[in-house]
Amino acid sequence: MRLIAPLASTLLDSLRDLLPIVAVILFFQLFVLGQPIPNLLDLAVGGVMVVAGLTLFVQGLKLGLFPIGETMAWDFARKGSLLWLLGFAFALGFGTTVAEPALIAVAAEAADVAADAGMISADELAKADYADGLRLTVALAVGLAIVVGVLRILRGWPIAWLIVGGYVGVVIMTIFAPREIIGIAYDSGGVTTSTITVPLVTALGVGLASSIEGRNPMTDGFGLIAFASLTPMIFVMGYGMLI
Amino acid sequence: MDVLCPFEHIVPLCGTFSDVLPILAILIGFQVLVLRRPVPNLRRVLLGFVLVLIGLALFIQGLETALFPLGKLMASQLTAPDFLGTPTDTGGAAAGHHWLAYLWVYLFAFAIGFATTIAEPSLIAVAIKANQVSAGAIGTWGLRIAVALGVAIGIALGAFRIVSGTPLHYYIISGYVVVLIQTLFAPRSIVALAYDSGGVTTSTVTVPLVAALGLGLSSTIPGRNPVLDGFGLIAFASLFPIMSVMGYAQLSEWYARVSRRRAPDHEDH
Repeated sequence: MRLIAPLASTLLDSLRDLLPIVAVILFFQLFVLGQPIPNLLDLAVGGVMVVAGLTLFVQGLKLGLFPIGETMAWDFARKGSLLWLLGFAFALGFGTTVAEPALIAVAAEAADVAADAGMISADELAKADYADGLRLTVALAVGLAIVVGVLRILRGWPIAWLIVGGYVGVVIMTIFAPREIIGIAYDSGGVTTSTITVPLVTALGVGLASSIEGRNPMTDGFGLIAFASLTPMIFVMGYGMLI
Repeated sequence: MDVLCPFEHIVPLCGTFSDVLPILAILIGFQVLVLRRPVPNLRRVLLGFVLVLIGLALFIQGLETALFPLGKLMASQLTAPDFLGTPTDTGGAAAGHHWLAYLWVYLFAFAIGFATTIAEPSLIAVAIKANQVSAGAIGTWGLRIAVALGVAIGIALGAFRIVSGTPLHYYIISGYVVVLIQTLFAPRSIVALAYDSGGVTTSTVTVPLVAALGLGLSSTIPGRNPVLDGFGLIAFASLFPIMSVMGYAQLSEWYARVSRRRAPDHEDH
């Protein structure tokens, strides 16, 4: 019973969240393209699923993902073992990225690009090898990013310096990387952080920053995702240069 | 698989579950083997995970039934030569045809970037957290609209880049320079959140539609290579929210300062 009231208000929020998409699609379909809406039934069924899904997701976020992320952050801080915390950070970054469906798709496309450009031979085996290598590279990059991000929260390093350093790294790599890889590398930064990873990692960062004295959850707690989107660009360009 | 997952074609629960499995394994592994502490409210947390799983499966399946096919179709129609070549309803001058034809593409890019970002579940999560941590100072809607505007401008500019054929890294590197300058002047408390909002914007909802737009554009415009030029829109969508969120914070700080300064002035006179 306690679940019903918040569920109803989340449901209203979800409806409001999805309104812009519906409006944009209707406007362009009817007025710009001047075409009727096809498959109205599919659209209605899908719309109901999207609203219900978003509602359940946001509810589950508050009940499950946020609390577990913060509890674990507090427990690690209390345990006081830096190595285990960093191990957890790496596992979380690496483990969630290596199986990320969006990344698998991008890696496969990247292999096609590389084969077209003659960087690797065009047979399936070479492409699969290349895509797997790329996927591991990105996962490694995200794992290291979360480790560095957690260290930053613990030590209180200003985030701007690390980001500036990362940007300089991206710019330098762009100069030397093969032209074909640049677009994929820049995109790979954006696709790494999935819908389940983001709330967990955010809760971990905020939890750590609030459990350590002298850290402000607002200035120090955020930023883990920023690193996770920056390092893959550098690593993917490095991968493109090596292969 | 068919026996275990009988409703996979309706709601891909098993697919979502296998995506989440590595995360669950890591969480449970560290909780049981390393931390060895009971999780408070374990039943609530487990219920939360089940809700997240079902919710995400429904959400993605719903998008794939309803929105993605139509959105992708529209992206390809808007970039099709038929549509671009005959801008009948605009009636512009001959020289303006080219521009006005693509204008709808930029507008669509802007609108779809904005709308998908508002619906992006990871951004909702970060906005909830930021609102909590800042004790309400950062409104969930303020942040989400700032991010959505950033994505909208980014995708529109990215579409313009594909049309004009300028190199991607010129835009990205000058974007970095703007971000760095803003970092020097923005309120310190917003910087980390702004950087984060760059990474969270592009996931479940935005990527498929934006990728379809990029692919459609780069395969229609002569001289563009879809595999080369189709990439890069996501990069725009992750860079511009950083600027817009810092800009939002700078504006609201500036506004607060101005109204504070104005108030004592009135008392002096």
